[in-house]
Amino acid sequence: MADAGEPEGPERKDDIVKAKQEGKELTKEEKQRLRKEKKQQKKSKEKKDDKPSRDSEKEKKPASAASPAPQTPTQPPAQKAPSAAPAPVPVPASETPSAADKPAKSKAELKAERRARQEAERASKGKKGDVGPQAAPGKPKAPPSELQPVVKRLPEHVQVDNPEVLKKLAKKLERQQIPLRSDYGYKVSLFSHLHQYSRKAPLTQQLGIPSTVIHPAIVRLGLQYSQGIVAGSNARSVALLHAFKQVIRDYTTPPNEELSRDLVNRLKPYISFLNQCRPLSASMGNAIKYIKKEISNIPSQCKEEEAKRKLLNCIDCYINEKIVLAAKAIAKYSIEKISDGDVILVYGCSSLVNHILCEAFEKNRKFRVIVVDSRPRLEGREALRRLVQKGINCTYVLISAVSYILPEVSKVFLGAHALLANGYVMSRVGTSQIALVAKAFNVPVLVCCETYKFCERVQTDSFVSNELDDPDDLIVTRTGTTQLEHWQEVPSLGLLNLVYDVTPPDFVDLVITDLGMIPCTSVPVVLRVKNVDQ
Amino acid sequence: LDKIVLVEYFRAQMRKDPDMASAVAAIRTLLEFLKRDKGETILGLRESLKWATDCLTGEDSSVAVSSGGELFLRFISLTSLEHQDLSRCKKVMEERGELFLEKISMSRTKVAKLCHTFIKDGAKILTHSYSRVVLRVLEKAAAEKKRFSVYVTESQPDSAGRQMAEALRKLNVPVTVVLDAAVGYVLEKVDLVIVGAEGVVESGGIINKIGTYQMAVCSKAHNKPFYVVAESFKFVRLYPLNQQDVPDKFKYKADTLKTVQNLSEEHPMIDYTPPSLITLLFTDLGVLTPSAVSDELIKLYL
Repeated sequence: MADAGEPEGPERKDDIVKAKQEGKELTKEEKQRLRKEKKQQKKSKEKKDDKPSRDSEKEKKPASAASPAPQTPTQPPAQKAPSAAPAPVPVPASETPSAADKPAKSKAELKAERRARQEAERASKGKKGDVGPQAAPGKPKAPPSELQPVVKRLPEHVQVDNPEVLKKLAKKLERQQIPLRSDYGYKVSLFSHLHQYSRKAPLTQQLGIPSTVIHPAIVRLGLQYSQGIVAGSNARSVALLHAFKQVIRDYTTPPNEELSRDLVNRLKPYISFLNQCRPLSASMGNAIKYIKKEISNIPSQCKEEEAKRKLLNCIDCYINEKIVLAAKAIAKYSIEKISDGDVILVYGCSSLVNHILCEAFEKNRKFRVIVVDSRPRLEGREALRRLVQKGINCTYVLISAVSYILPEVSKVFLGAHALLANGYVMSRVGTSQIALVAKAFNVPVLVCCETYKFCERVQTDSFVSNELDDPDDLIVTRTGTTQLEHWQEVPSLGLLNLVYDVTPPDFVDLVITDLGMIPCTSVPVVLRVKNVDQ
Repeated sequence: LDKIVLVEYFRAQMRKDPDMASAVAAIRTLLEFLKRDKGETILGLRESLKWATDCLTGEDSSVAVSSGGELFLRFISLTSLEHQDLSRCKKVMEERGELFLEKISMSRTKVAKLCHTFIKDGAKILTHSYSRVVLRVLEKAAAEKKRFSVYVTESQPDSAGRQMAEALRKLNVPVTVVLDAAVGYVLEKVDLVIVGAEGVVESGGIINKIGTYQMAVCSKAHNKPFYVVAESFKFVRLYPLNQQDVPDKFKYKADTLKTVQNLSEEHPMIDYTPPSLITLLFTDLGVLTPSAVSDELIKLYL
């Protein structure tokens, strides 16, 4: 080991030279290995299996190098002192190079030891996590110090008005062989950083048939998204997961490739394509993260059929747990909050809120519902249809009448598209308005949201990150007259069709999730607890 | 162990130490029940403990008794109960029960230690009704040689405020008893408001003697800090949206619930103060903002 430079008698010269040579090779090898390791670490953080083996390998090598050295192997930092001391070394020529590679070697040693220590710590922290919840009631102050701060990489904001970002995006899409969708029409300057696509020009028209890069199930899904056939946060996520299941079923591992790595790379162009068709929602983002994690966790010795079966099973479990069972749990909690004689206001069409109201009606609660709707989507009509079909007493108003009708209302139930990490609720445009007016009338506002829609992003306004829908949707009115038909020709006229808006937590009284009823400010707590679980 | 013996034991505990919180007496009773229980299975044990808690809530319908009982049950069962022998499991549970009891007996002292620093010399404090925790805080502040004066509301219908005034006079603290209706009038003179709590709910709001909500609204209007002192066993898994959302079983005294047919004639004994009106909560878990209460509850229950 680093004993190579120790002052030895002249009979040990050959040993020293041998050790020094081995030492030099080792450092080079070590350095290369370290470099490779760093690269791999950056690529995939999941490869914990390889690291301990490599660590043990590295530790074995220095340990084996220690054996030829006659001296007892002591700690490298301690050895730095004796080696640094210009002892009367019988080989003065070898002094400097050995001294040079001794610090280098000992640095490598240090790094190896540090990594081994980190591994041990991580393993012990994992174990500690199991013991943690049990000790929690006894020591409520202990858990915060044990939690590892997980730094998540957040998706970057869309920056359409920044030409460099656009160029990077175009290059990336070209690499993945996906056509770039071009923006349509004049954009209002406040939202010029967002994409605005036209529904009449779906991305699928620019794809060749048959598309070799993108799986047909994904092409169909992209078309369904861009035309608005599949809409609503839950519906989109479920459709995405089903399409991915089809992709996995049709997938075959190419030779000399591992399923865990190749499948993830195969999914990347699909995700870019779907993003071009319609920007991904927070729930879809979380679902994709889950799938990618599951795929990369497949052990390499797993056979392809078994791996595929496992993945399909995982996806089914995810849909069942996070969407179906979560809806049941949320319905159970919400029914406690619905009392007889209530007048409940809902906005738009949220699958979860409709489910809750139908369940409550089946449990014989006496209430009536006011459905608030808004143009251009008029989604409230779908909600109205579903509720009336069940036999619930409903009233239908447009959002402009909300302050007129609110004195009658006892509770407001809202769905959410995503819950942000600072407690803000991102939902269909108009939700924030209803929450504001309800607060002014002192009517409690309840938001129902599954935990898989919780997002790490932080947003305080609706401008930074939003979605612009097709401006031509605003042209058509009910009577069919289209005075805005030639809006493009008027240079000072812009049409804005926003999809989402953000509601501050002061307006929301209660959030009902599958974990229970929490105040809006506790969303980061749930995110933290979920991170520890994973 | 049947109901009458249980209730008698509970009453005896309350009589023995009138300064003890009713929840602590309930937990002592539950611990005794656990020791004397002759159940054969752990599930049976938990069921009978739940039944015992219900009996005690039937005796004293305050929120703290039910929350204390639930937390006790959670605390003793949140441990590895993988032993083969039931008696060993029971012993483990009893040990944890004793530990829990020990911790909560210290909780008032911890709260007092945290809160007395917020009382500055020359402060004028407003408080509501008779709260033993607030009394302990004021005792500690007086012991620290701080000079302050207190306004106490009468707190009808049971005039508990007068009891508080008596206790404070014994400490040589200048105290004035005011009408419940005079809270708005007196608030411009006070520097801070300190109240106790019968229960702390998930949203961070509190359930306390009727009149607290009024005081909170007035202090918000006057921009005076509104502090709540409560022990951690009062945290309860309730989430009221407004006054009428609080369950009836907490609103009225236990005997009222049993005897009276039409509850709308009865006057509720408690009200709910939403978290937006509360500045800080002093608990044995630390000084918390109302939004941190949910954090603590999630840690305790999830």
